Amino acid sequence: MTPETVMAGERRAAFDHLRLEGVTRRFGSAVALSELDLRIEGGEFLALLGPSGCGKSTALNCLAGLLPLSAGSIWLDGERIDGLPPERRGFGMVFQNYALFPHLSVRRNVAFGLSVRRVGKAEIRRRVDEALALVELTEHAGKLPGQLSGGQQQRVAIARAVVLRPRLVLMDEPLSNLDAKLRVQMRTEIRRMHQDLGLTTVYVTHDQEEALALADRLVVLRAGKVEQIGTPEEVYTYPSSTYIAGFMGYRNLLGLPAVTTENGRVVVGEGAFRLTGVPQERVSGPRAVAAVRPEDFRRAGPGDRNTLDVRVEVSEFHGREVAAEGVTEGGHVIHFRLPERVAPGERIELAVPVERVLVFAGTGAGTRAGTGARTGEAAGPADAAGPEEA
Amino acid sequence: MAVDTERTTPGTPRAPRRTGGLRHRLAERGVDRVLLLLVPALLVVILLFLYPMMYGVGLSLQPQKGGGMLANYRAFFDDPYQRDTIWKTLRLALPAALINVGVSVPIAYRLRGRFRGRRALTAILVLPVTLGTVLVADGLLRYLGPKGWFNRILLDLGLVDQPVRLIYNYWGVLFSLIITGFPFAFLLVLAYMSGIDPTLERAAATLGAGPWQRMRRILLPLLAPGLATTFVLAFVLAFSVFPSANLVGEPADETRVMAIAAYQSAFEKYDYSMASTIAVLMGAFELLVISVTLLVRGRLYTGPSAGGKGA
Repeated sequence: MTPETVMAGERRAAFDHLRLEGVTRRFGSAVALSELDLRIEGGEFLALLGPSGCGKSTALNCLAGLLPLSAGSIWLDGERIDGLPPERRGFGMVFQNYALFPHLSVRRNVAFGLSVRRVGKAEIRRRVDEALALVELTEHAGKLPGQLSGGQQQRVAIARAVVLRPRLVLMDEPLSNLDAKLRVQMRTEIRRMHQDLGLTTVYVTHDQEEALALADRLVVLRAGKVEQIGTPEEVYTYPSSTYIAGFMGYRNLLGLPAVTTENGRVVVGEGAFRLTGVPQERVSGPRAVAAVRPEDFRRAGPGDRNTLDVRVEVSEFHGREVAAEGVTEGGHVIHFRLPERVAPGERIELAVPVERVLVFAGTGAGTRAGTGARTGEAAGPADAAGPEEA
Repeated sequence: MAVDTERTTPGTPRAPRRTGGLRHRLAERGVDRVLLLLVPALLVVILLFLYPMMYGVGLSLQPQKGGGMLANYRAFFDDPYQRDTIWKTLRLALPAALINVGVSVPIAYRLRGRFRGRRALTAILVLPVTLGTVLVADGLLRYLGPKGWFNRILLDLGLVDQPVRLIYNYWGVLFSLIITGFPFAFLLVLAYMSGIDPTLERAAATLGAGPWQRMRRILLPLLAPGLATTFVLAFVLAFSVFPSANLVGEPADETRVMAIAAYQSAFEKYDYSMASTIAVLMGAFELLVISVTLLVRGRLYTGPSAGGKGA
């Protein structure tokens, strides 16, 4: 333990890279995590994203040393670390339920890791003071965790993990127990702290908005396997499958037959309904899935080409815009957002830019995608995606 | 009540509201008709516990041989044969309670998680409760006796030259108290242990605490109040030892505990007053140990043992 300060603002990471090789974890016969290969660069903020049961928490616990691996290895630069117990890995972890020690004051909670390492009293005091100032809890230092609000407890948990300046910070859905407003606030705090301290962070979440806002790089997991890795921009703009599209806010996953394919454009549709889009993979056969974000629709004006008619069914006022749900002639449910109010029953014409219609190959996904989108379930996309995309 | 209020403040619109307010205030303090449900239990406690106890205390203050209210107490403390029973009882009850609580901690720690065979193992550990002290004493006599397996194994291994004396003395009674008292202590400690959020220890591990540090800094402080309570119950159970002190002990000398002294006064000397005195003194010493334990417990952290919200 070198007497580094918490707030030193040094942006150099403690290691060059962390490598997961074929990391696998089975619970009985169930495979929670299947041969995960991943390289985490020093100083990076990486988010593991996916619905519950996708293996993201398993991956984090394996990294922390709280779960032994069934197969595979973890390397920190040249050193193999998957055999080390959690206390010898030097990683900090923030738990979903915070896991603050209820019998210790805020100060002693934060000081815990330092006093275990037998750091000197004065040194502990100084570093704990700095960490508490960082999370703005100085005046609550003497309180027990039970006397704090959820957001404050959360900040204690973060201070307790970062006061050690760990080589790697692991966060397991740290914001999921907070209310919406506090969550956004704390999100910013976590991002700011990462920028100031430069601590390499692996962040687990099921909330794509959180992942997009925080991470330098996203790893989307599905059923224990990596579905896509990329920067937030890449994953958001070019999801690699309908599954990820559904996760990234493409609420409209329309199962439609492909009519023609030419010049890097594909036309899908049935009856009079036609939609032109960009194929994301080889689209052939009778079924395809067109993924469109609600906010990419606008009211059609003169000269607009890629249009569709819908009858408005539900319209919700969201402040800056109106979120509405309409139905096409063919019975497809369309989610869209418009700047002005529309009345239920009204017939309107929507337009969407061709490059914002992503067309995936899909089998029999259409109707189920429609159902999933209609109920607005997060699980919808998982149902919608065809098996060959996995 | 309502009628009274109306009469004292006639015509004011406040009157009915005030009675309502009183009812609400009482309800807030838990006073409402549901309290009547306590009556049967109170009656049982008064008739079967409080009355006999007070009767016994009264009896202890009316010595058969006269000599004033406190003559029995004076006689008890003046007679070394009687007085020593206090020490002989404490010498059995305190170690037995401490050992039972102490042994329960590591076993409960190992057994608190879910694993195959946990139920079976718990059942085996709890089994002695169902056996009863007499059966346990019988088993001990055979097992630890001069020709029992235990001594035969020691002799065959050449560890001792002649059988070790483990029955009809202090050790026999202590073993018996441990065997019969352990299940109670174990079940209680297991319950307290299960109440501690296992994430706390995982958190401590990620902060660099090894197994021993986690035990000392997290588990034991959170468990301590529960251990104190368990100790009190285990102690009370062991303090009133009677059958095993008679059967596997040396009731005439080394294991002449207070319960035996009280029994002899009542049913051998027919001095119920003296027997009551000894019983009251037993209660007093138990209360003393309990008070000290609870006093220490009061200084410990006794709040929730989970790590935060939403756990």
